[in-house]
Amino acid sequence: MTMLEVRAVSHQYGLKQVLDHVTFSVEKGELFGIVGPNGSGKTTLLKLISKELPLVSGEITISGQPLSALSAKQWARMAAVLPQTAETAYGYTVKETVALGRYAHQRGLFPTWTKEDEAAVQEALAAVGLIDKIDEPLERLSGGERQRAYLARALAQEPQLLLLDEPTNHMDISGQVRLLDRLVEAARSRGLTVVAVFHDMNVASLYCDRVIVLKEGKTAALGAPADVMTPALLQEVFAAPVVRQAHPAAAKPVFSFVPKGKEESPAAGLRLSFLDDAAVLAARKPLRVLSSALIGAGFQWATHFVNRQVGLDYDCRDAEEDMHRYLEQRGFLPERTVGMMTAVDVRDAVWVQEEGEAFLVAVMATAGVGNAIDAARSWQHKPFAVKPGTINMVVVIDGRLTDAAFVQAVMTATEAKAKALADRSVCDPETGTVATGTSTDSLAVAATQTGRTFAYAGTATELGRAIGRLVYEAVTEALDRYKRRRGRP
Amino acid sequence: MPKGSRNLPKPFTRMCSSKTLMYALAVTTAVLSLLVGISTGSLSIPFSSIIGILAAEWFGVPLPSDIPADWVPIVMAIRLPRVALAFLVGASLAMAGAAFQGLLKNALADPYTLGVSSGASVGAVLVIFLGWQWPLFGTFTLPVVSILFGMATLAAVLAFTRAVERQLSVETIILAGIIFGAFFSALISLMIALTGEELRQIISWLMGSVAMRGWKYSGLLLPFFLIGAVVLIANARELNAFAFGEAAALHVGVDVTRRKVIILTAAALLTGAAVSVSGTIGFVGLVVPHMVRLVCGPNYRVLLPLSLLYGGAFLVLADVAARTIIEPRELPIGVITSLIGAPLFAVLFFRKTRRKMG
Repeated sequence: MTMLEVRAVSHQYGLKQVLDHVTFSVEKGELFGIVGPNGSGKTTLLKLISKELPLVSGEITISGQPLSALSAKQWARMAAVLPQTAETAYGYTVKETVALGRYAHQRGLFPTWTKEDEAAVQEALAAVGLIDKIDEPLERLSGGERQRAYLARALAQEPQLLLLDEPTNHMDISGQVRLLDRLVEAARSRGLTVVAVFHDMNVASLYCDRVIVLKEGKTAALGAPADVMTPALLQEVFAAPVVRQAHPAAAKPVFSFVPKGKEESPAAGLRLSFLDDAAVLAARKPLRVLSSALIGAGFQWATHFVNRQVGLDYDCRDAEEDMHRYLEQRGFLPERTVGMMTAVDVRDAVWVQEEGEAFLVAVMATAGVGNAIDAARSWQHKPFAVKPGTINMVVVIDGRLTDAAFVQAVMTATEAKAKALADRSVCDPETGTVATGTSTDSLAVAATQTGRTFAYAGTATELGRAIGRLVYEAVTEALDRYKRRRGRP
Repeated sequence: MPKGSRNLPKPFTRMCSSKTLMYALAVTTAVLSLLVGISTGSLSIPFSSIIGILAAEWFGVPLPSDIPADWVPIVMAIRLPRVALAFLVGASLAMAGAAFQGLLKNALADPYTLGVSSGASVGAVLVIFLGWQWPLFGTFTLPVVSILFGMATLAAVLAFTRAVERQLSVETIILAGIIFGAFFSALISLMIALTGEELRQIISWLMGSVAMRGWKYSGLLLPFFLIGAVVLIANARELNAFAFGEAAALHVGVDVTRRKVIILTAAALLTGAAVSVSGTIGFVGLVVPHMVRLVCGPNYRVLLPLSLLYGGAFLVLADVAARTIIEPRELPIGVITSLIGAPLFAVLFFRKTRRKMG
């Protein structure tokens, strides 16, 4: 059943065309988002639906009835609005505020407060979790609670259609999530249809079944967020670079704007230094890192890469927590640091770099092969206690890498490492075959995300070639240093 | 206590919560003020005698023998009409003020600040100045012209505001009211300058008085008062909705434009009628609803009836003060209300602004 139908709606403020033949329909029970940058006409569209602005051109129907045929009261029995910020009326209690939602249901010059009115108000207050604040004056509530009180007022109208105008605009992140979760729950349990204006694409993507994307009053896209909210479209609509990624927990896309930064090469700002028990690579600006390190695994922005040396007898059980503490004690921000461990003497760290055409690759590696293992035959090993990783690598690239390039860089680096081990005839002592690595190797691929863009970093690409050669060089040299130190008593 | 809540000063929360108690208190205050009003004067009449006289006159109970017979005309013909008029005028102004404040979403608005009473004054002064007596209206000419002028002023203020900006913002309405008020003051001054023998009449009318008007004026005011009061109280829920802003009122189903016109018209009717029978008596419409709001909360279902009762009581007592402070001479009642009202206004404004700034 179609709850709301908007047909060829246009609107002008003076000579300015703010809406141009916008057409869409919303089914009963849908959560529909109106998305677009400031001035795209989304609030105007909502105001036309809520009769705040006169409909001049086009047609809007609610449950099949045209807006013009509905009186203010009839409209308010079918639809309710949760505004962006409501003016606070001083002195009104929560209950008096919510009771206003019953206005459209009351009849006569001096209507009485019926049982149905009271039940609707109580139920609405329960739905938003404000029952215990019922007699509290509105101005004593926090911003989020106040917005919930207005949501309760809208619910008390017992509408079929709920209109939201950036309902969480002035709320902190936890308030936003709480309000939207309550809202979705209340809407679903009542079979409410929700039409919401969102300026935050991520909120729209997470909560909406379908969205309309407006650009300068025109429909730029209409459909499910995952289908229509493509980076190309959003980039065009918002006139700013947008990156789309998967949400970590929900099967929905999330979007990030890319701020325009100053184009400078921070690779020159890389500095390798040594503490008594760690090799520290520091960058002047945060680098985007994909790593398997103990601290800062996964995708991360980091300024420091700490390769910490621990004894062979190091107890690995609380390694992550211990490393966290270690970093804090040494004055590193754990949130901004990639932390690795090794049993190798960190003074043997190898540092090589190569300047390509308009890019630069640098590799830091430490290597020890006490746990050397052949990945293809590791199933023959007995389960064993994990010891500190012994081949640790940090690959820094001055350039802009796509996610694919990051993963390919990891592959390229890993393959080059395996080859270095093979060429130095490092063997898996258990199986007697050539080792491909050690059991706890760490790798971090870091990129400045400025300058030239690399879509790929496979072995056939210019970048991949540089990574492969440098990793091979660095690991080989690190193995040699390890051997030399081991050779010395 | 919720996070982020502030400890508001006590007066901004409600001190009474029981409606029955609030109404009982207001009715008692109103009745007492009426008794004080009738009792006070060059000849002091005890409450018991007043009740005896009223019982005799209205219900045919025999007049108690200890009450001198010549007290009856003093109570019935002089004091009661005066007190009744004061009560009706005070009640009208307070209700009109409450309505203006609610509709304009500004607790500091009143008929006076919006220029409605200035407009009504111009009408009244014009009638005196020209000595008008329209055949169809007779003695109703002055209040009718006054009311028409009051409403025309309101329409002009709103039209001017709309011409300045479409949103009809409170600041602009008040500014427009000040402009019109200043212009009307000039018109009144012009008529005073040009007038001859009506000067005294105009001046004393302007300063506001409920003295020596008899029952006639109360009779003139009563129908307007009843219509205005009933219409406003019937629109209490709409006023509550307007307190949350026009958009919110629309969202809950209020026919905004129609209700706005109805409420403004009713309030202008009350103002114009009150001004026409008593002159411009300032600050009643501002201070009384505000004080009631502080004590009983902003809900118009309670605020309007209580403003009626307290507004009436306030003006009756102000009139008592006006005629007793420099006995046997009388002060203009408008002077008394302004002397009390202006400082109160200042205090309320101070507190309101401070509260806004947290």
